[in-house]
Amino acid sequence: MTEPSDKPMTEDRREFLKTGAVLAGATLAPGLLLYGVADGRAPEEGASSKVRWGLLIDSLKCGEGCHDCVTACNTENGLSGNTGPQDTQYIRKLDIKDLRTGWVHSLPMMCQHCENPPCVDVCPTGASMKRADGIVLVDRHICIGCRYCMMACPYKARSFVHEPLHDQNPEVPRGKGCVESCTFCVQRVDRDLQPACVEACNAKGHKGMIFGDLKDPNSELSQVFRAVHNTEVRADLGLNTAVRYQGI
Amino acid sequence: MASLRKGLWLIVLIGGLIALLAAPGAVVAGVDLPRLEHGKGDRCVDDEDTIRRKHPDFLKHHRDETMRNGIRTTKYSLKQCVACHASEKTGSVAASKEDFCVACHSYVAVHLDCWDCHATRPMKPQVAAQPAPSASPAPIETGVKP
Repeated sequence: MTEPSDKPMTEDRREFLKTGAVLAGATLAPGLLLYGVADGRAPEEGASSKVRWGLLIDSLKCGEGCHDCVTACNTENGLSGNTGPQDTQYIRKLDIKDLRTGWVHSLPMMCQHCENPPCVDVCPTGASMKRADGIVLVDRHICIGCRYCMMACPYKARSFVHEPLHDQNPEVPRGKGCVESCTFCVQRVDRDLQPACVEACNAKGHKGMIFGDLKDPNSELSQVFRAVHNTEVRADLGLNTAVRYQGI
Repeated sequence: MASLRKGLWLIVLIGGLIALLAAPGAVVAGVDLPRLEHGKGDRCVDDEDTIRRKHPDFLKHHRDETMRNGIRTTKYSLKQCVACHASEKTGSVAASKEDFCVACHSYVAVHLDCWDCHATRPMKPQVAAQPAPSASPAPIETGVKP
């Protein structure tokens, strides 16, 4: 419950407050942590279940023909950017048309990082997994490329690598014979950065994506969740997705 | 006179023998060990004997810790190995027979799968921007009421 003893004594005010919050949680209800701290994680600390990463996409701010999030994703993860049936796409940009009114609008579709992910249920090797902080990943070391998860995913979020790859991004190892999908840019999240798509969307001024901790009531994401109605795609499946949409 | 000449011959012979033994320092008796490029890595995270014997275990343990638990320490990280040991000639740990990983692994005939997925070169400081993806597919038509 207390900080490790080998930490230097020069802790800043933030650290002091963190410890205070943890102790307060313990006093109120031993064994139950009421309030977790989302950021500022040390490399040796690992992902924590006190955090659940989530993403809110405002599809009304999402421009038709705008691919800024997709481009940023491709650059970060070393994807080819091709959109053929055998090409990897972590984010697919969809244009949705209402047949009755003719209203067309656009949104990015990617791994929804479900709380109860069907891909994890069906994986025969345990390669498809959910990290403590809710990020759904494929452990390529033990993925046998059976593609059950691709069939199980209701969001068509996963891709299979059909051809040998070269010159991968050192932070994003990927190769032939494995299934892969959006990782919330886990390599960036672990460094307290936002996923590449969110950063690009905000940097280009669209401001259509908010990334944050769903379990932290003070995060921007939680505040917007409380204020504005949002939609879970295929809520009927009861997957409790971490990616939610506004305006659909 | 004859004994002097005999003595001279003996000195020449001994000198020659010493020269023969001392000169070819590179030719060591026994097996021909692999010669590898260490890159800029002059000292390892552990002593060499431990690393030589146990690096597969260290790497496998660390890969699971990072992949499954999000622990991103740099000791025993494959990325860190590459960062230090990429050859100065090829910029890689697995591009030529002398490069750090391949030198020993080809010597002992152990095939490495690591490089099917992992980069053999250290992180580049700047990643080039990719072109925008091709035209998006036709809109998906839904019967959703407004």
